[in-house]
Amino acid sequence: MIGSVLAALAVGGTVIAFAVAWWPAIAAIDPAAQSSFEADQVKRGRALAAIGNCSNCHTMREGKDFAGGVPVPTPFGTVFSSNITPDAETGIGRWSEAAFRRAMHDGVDREGRHLYPTFPYDHFTNVSDEDDRALYAYLMTREPVHAAAPANRLSFPFDQRPLIAGWKLLFLRRETFHPDQSKSAEWNRGAYLVEGLAHCGACHTPRNALGAERASAPFAGGDVENWRAYAINARSPSPVLWDADALFSYLRDGWHPDHGTARGPMAQVVANLSSVGPGDVHAIATYMASVFGSPASDRRRDAEAVLAEVKPMANRASETDTAGASIYAAACANCHESGRALPYGGINLALSTAISSPDPRNLANIVLSGVAPREGERSPIMPGFAGSMNDDQLAALLNYLRARFSTQPAWTGVDLVVADARRTQLAPLQTAAAPRQSPAEPAQRDKP
Amino acid sequence: MITVKVNGRDHQIDAEPDTPLLYVLRDDLALNAAKFGCGLGQCGACTVIVDGKAVFSCVTPLLLLEGKQVTTLEGLGTIADPAPIQRAFMDEQAAQCGYCVAGMMMRAQALLMRNASPSDEEIRNELEPHLCRCGTHMRILRAIRRAAGLMNRADLSPESGAVR
Repeated sequence: MIGSVLAALAVGGTVIAFAVAWWPAIAAIDPAAQSSFEADQVKRGRALAAIGNCSNCHTMREGKDFAGGVPVPTPFGTVFSSNITPDAETGIGRWSEAAFRRAMHDGVDREGRHLYPTFPYDHFTNVSDEDDRALYAYLMTREPVHAAAPANRLSFPFDQRPLIAGWKLLFLRRETFHPDQSKSAEWNRGAYLVEGLAHCGACHTPRNALGAERASAPFAGGDVENWRAYAINARSPSPVLWDADALFSYLRDGWHPDHGTARGPMAQVVANLSSVGPGDVHAIATYMASVFGSPASDRRRDAEAVLAEVKPMANRASETDTAGASIYAAACANCHESGRALPYGGINLALSTAISSPDPRNLANIVLSGVAPREGERSPIMPGFAGSMNDDQLAALLNYLRARFSTQPAWTGVDLVVADARRTQLAPLQTAAAPRQSPAEPAQRDKP
Repeated sequence: MITVKVNGRDHQIDAEPDTPLLYVLRDDLALNAAKFGCGLGQCGACTVIVDGKAVFSCVTPLLLLEGKQVTTLEGLGTIADPAPIQRAFMDEQAAQCGYCVAGMMMRAQALLMRNASPSDEEIRNELEPHLCRCGTHMRILRAIRRAAGLMNRADLSPESGAVR
């Protein structure tokens, strides 16, 4: 009797697991003629793809647009992005619009296989059918590229795609965006984009051990590709408070005089947003300003004090009593105390978020590798110092910068961060702006 | 007093620890190959080699150089006996005003010491931090390829052009 109950339970469980894990294939289509898509729709799709930052993962540096193959390091192994050009064999040329929409909404490919959540469908599930249609039209009118992505390199059991069904049961909340009628239309538009296509939380929200965003800590800061994605809520480490105007110009121009420049993986985001109409970027800024929230009055006072101090900043006499101060005086002050406007001048370091961040990772990256100018952009530039500073000297400089330019307590473990930054250093004098051909240390992108 | 090893010789320098290496080279040691261009590490004219790596001497303070080997263009060759990289630049006439080429040669030298046969793309990427306002880029590329050829001959190893 008990045996048959157990057997029935086992069968029932298997059936349920199968029902959750199994999705049917959607019939392959003959690639649609490019002329079958309306120009207006394609154009809207282009802007949406820029907001979605699709090229960051789906286009190799100096590779063909959207041909995939970009290695994304995760704690579970390396996932290679797929080819989303309309190539019939290696791309998504045989995907119907319904298949594309299902991938965005449910994280399942045309053949019915679960997609790894490296593809952020936990956000894309919020994208409207209308926007999916425009994205589909845009992608289907790109140049087809014949390029098969390399096989993922994941350790057992993470290489078993049916497991993703379990992950989805635990963590995938569909359609988490609901308009808030008490807020403005612009705020709601921004919320729709940020929580959906723009998937800001994919980097800026911390993840749990299974690589899912922690719902209890939205926008509290995360790690991505050996960079720190700062908290962009009330816990932001920025010395000066963000508001909608500052966010708008930062997201469109790539810098703001009170906050500095967007580099690391954020450089690609702002490069993409620079091609989007001002309306959507302003909506994103409006919504994010409310996510940053209204800070406590002492925080506001500190921020105003920083601004009051740096605005009329004259060259301070350099203190040469420590190694860090001497390095700063000769290597940094020429630009960072020049008073020249961004992006070509250096920001006053009292305004630097990297120096006020909870850890020195981004600062170490920038000092070692510098910031290379990007062709065709009004972009910042800074030489890297990997060749001239050893780890001790770099640590001395970082500690000095923290002590002098931040009101936060001293960092601990600076030497370890410096050594790790050196080990995973990007090509000298290059930024991490564009996706790299070779995987960085497969350590930090906390997602399977 | 700080001791700095330049082109194989120790020099006692009486200067503040935050003095840029470029000023020491030009003002104290009379080594004038490295040029002051922008003073901000953005043009490359001041480039020298420190422990095998190309660095901007204008933003490298003296105190970082304790125990390191600095090589300037003067350390590669002489007028009578130019190093391969210098001979190649002369053969290709890879200069117009010439202000940038000392820095260009130093970074090219550092590249060739590390990679004896760089591709065109590798040369272009490596030289990206260097500005030339005269437009001699194509000649500079040819000169670096020629230097690689000279260095790869048995009688002229890359090391022969390094520190003397």
